[in-house]
Amino acid sequence: MAPRRMVSRAPLHLVILLFAAIWIIPTLGLLITSFRDPTGIAGSGWWTVFPKLFSGGQFSLQNYVGVILREGLGRSFLNSLAISVPATLISTFIASFAAFGFAWMRFTGRRWLFMLVVGLMVIPLQMTFIPILPIYRKLALAGTFPGIWLAHTAYGLPLTTYLVHNFMSGLPKDLFDSASIDGASAFTTFSRIVIPISVPALASVFIFQFLWIWNDLLVALIYLGAGPSVAPMTVTVANLVTNRGQDWELLTAAAFVSMALPLFVFFSLQRYFVRGILAGSVKG
Amino acid sequence: MAEVTLTEVTKRFGDFTAVDNISMQIEDGKFTVLVGPSGCGKTTTLRMIAGLEDITDGEIRIGERVVNRVPPKDRDIAMVFQNYALYPHMDVFNNMAFGLKLRKYPKAEIKKRVHEAAELLGIQTKLKSKPRELSGGQRQRVAVGRAIVRNPKVFLFDEPLSNLDAKLRVQMRTELEQLHRKLKTTTVYVTHDQVEAMTLGDRIAVMKDGVIHQYAAPQETYDHPSNQFVAGFIGSPAMNFLSARAATEDGRTVLTGEGFRILLPAKRSRDLPDRVIVGVRPEDLDGPAADADNALTLTVSVKEQLGNALLVYGYIDDTQVVASLDPHRHVEIDSEIHLKVNLDTLHVFDPESEETLV
Repeated sequence: MAPRRMVSRAPLHLVILLFAAIWIIPTLGLLITSFRDPTGIAGSGWWTVFPKLFSGGQFSLQNYVGVILREGLGRSFLNSLAISVPATLISTFIASFAAFGFAWMRFTGRRWLFMLVVGLMVIPLQMTFIPILPIYRKLALAGTFPGIWLAHTAYGLPLTTYLVHNFMSGLPKDLFDSASIDGASAFTTFSRIVIPISVPALASVFIFQFLWIWNDLLVALIYLGAGPSVAPMTVTVANLVTNRGQDWELLTAAAFVSMALPLFVFFSLQRYFVRGILAGSVKG
Repeated sequence: MAEVTLTEVTKRFGDFTAVDNISMQIEDGKFTVLVGPSGCGKTTTLRMIAGLEDITDGEIRIGERVVNRVPPKDRDIAMVFQNYALYPHMDVFNNMAFGLKLRKYPKAEIKKRVHEAAELLGIQTKLKSKPRELSGGQRQRVAVGRAIVRNPKVFLFDEPLSNLDAKLRVQMRTELEQLHRKLKTTTVYVTHDQVEAMTLGDRIAVMKDGVIHQYAAPQETYDHPSNQFVAGFIGSPAMNFLSARAATEDGRTVLTGEGFRILLPAKRSRDLPDRVIVGVRPEDLDGPAADADNALTLTVSVKEQLGNALLVYGYIDDTQVVASLDPHRHVEIDSEIHLKVNLDTLHVFDPESEETLV
């Protein structure tokens, strides 16, 4: 950048750095605390580690080991995966079919049905618990993984369908005309043309959904309960706070264990994330 | 190969009539162009032939078969779109092969056809490339190739050259012409560009407001336009239209207008209404005028040197008039020039019906 431009943008950069610092510093504190032993944490503030950063002896992984093996976080990690991955796959799968239908197929009531589906986003989650829970109990779905997959799919479909529809409706019309003349049925057009083109949009929708489900506490608590065989990480960490509220070394380690996967997903797939936010159409 | 017959075909979108009761016979093996300004119904007509639009009224036949209710894939047609409509995630080979694969052609046959078409179009080295790696002209060729491999009865082109730059357009035009001569497939071609229509068409249908105003060989539409619209649409720069009064003197028609008096030769003279519109093409205004009669007087406001012609603009009676003169002629701005009117090629139109009278 030319020097002049840099100077005039300096205030902006400063503000951005300030905001970044405000966000990162507490997290940094937690990170450092998670590697310290209980006496160290009780004795001095986390910022005191900096002078002696490389002298060794004050950091260990024992908190992480303890939290994963003894406090059940390892099991919860697997539970979270078992909840998030299928639920996201199912809702993305259904949403892609629905979005294609709403975008490119003609049938009576299409507009109204679409508005209804997207309008469901308006309903607060919490209002649905009371009606649905008894039904779940009757169908023996409460406390089971399929039960929560269904729940997350239902909660996620309005937004997911909307996002995928946004993308698909932006595809050029003559692509479909061409497919029609080539002899493709609606399903062939969907599976062999639209889906391959939609991969970036589907990927970003997948990430959104996945992160949302991974970080969810309420839905899991309600439909799954807190039993250790099914509890996701969010529930386990919440319990940890209740039961071991003073054991900062465990709580901070637990926090970072639960953050690890979402951070990894976000950083490794961030270009899809960004593309999803700016979802436009693909020109042939 | 087959002829395409449209009988009283109409297309309505709600209250709006896009195509109004048109009938035409597109001959087998001929290159037929539908040309007209935006919104004239030419693309809608093409799409009805393709089966991409329903027909409100009337009948379309391909060959002997009535295809009104036949889906596009069963009409044995292939279409080339303005924006190419290539499948972005497939390479060139698969783009061209897609239609054949869906129809379950044997692999060897598909390979043969695709390679033959690719060679014909000069894209055989690009078969593994994706559309985004190709230039506009190459993509257009792939789109044409996709149509060729199907070996259909009819080719349909929807303004395929509109997205290309001028030079490429001229090149592709000649290539399409050569292709047609080689393949001899019945072709229906839509464009808004009258130059494309004139150069490519065996017959052209000039359309406006959903109606065919003239359907004839290109030269015919130029020499003998059926009405004022066709006369003004075909030919560039466009024909000049001047208001005039008509009278008969000594058996010859006299046309009098602002600053001009034209005496038609006996063989072209006839009874005309009182008020008429005189049409003269810019290229028919040239040469120094021998006398005051049969000439237009123009005060030059703008001149454009094209190299092969000198375009001179002026005003007669608030109407802008263009003349296409010899490029070496010397003309001054704001000077008055007298231009001889070619009496054999001049046209006269009825101001109300716009029909050609002479």
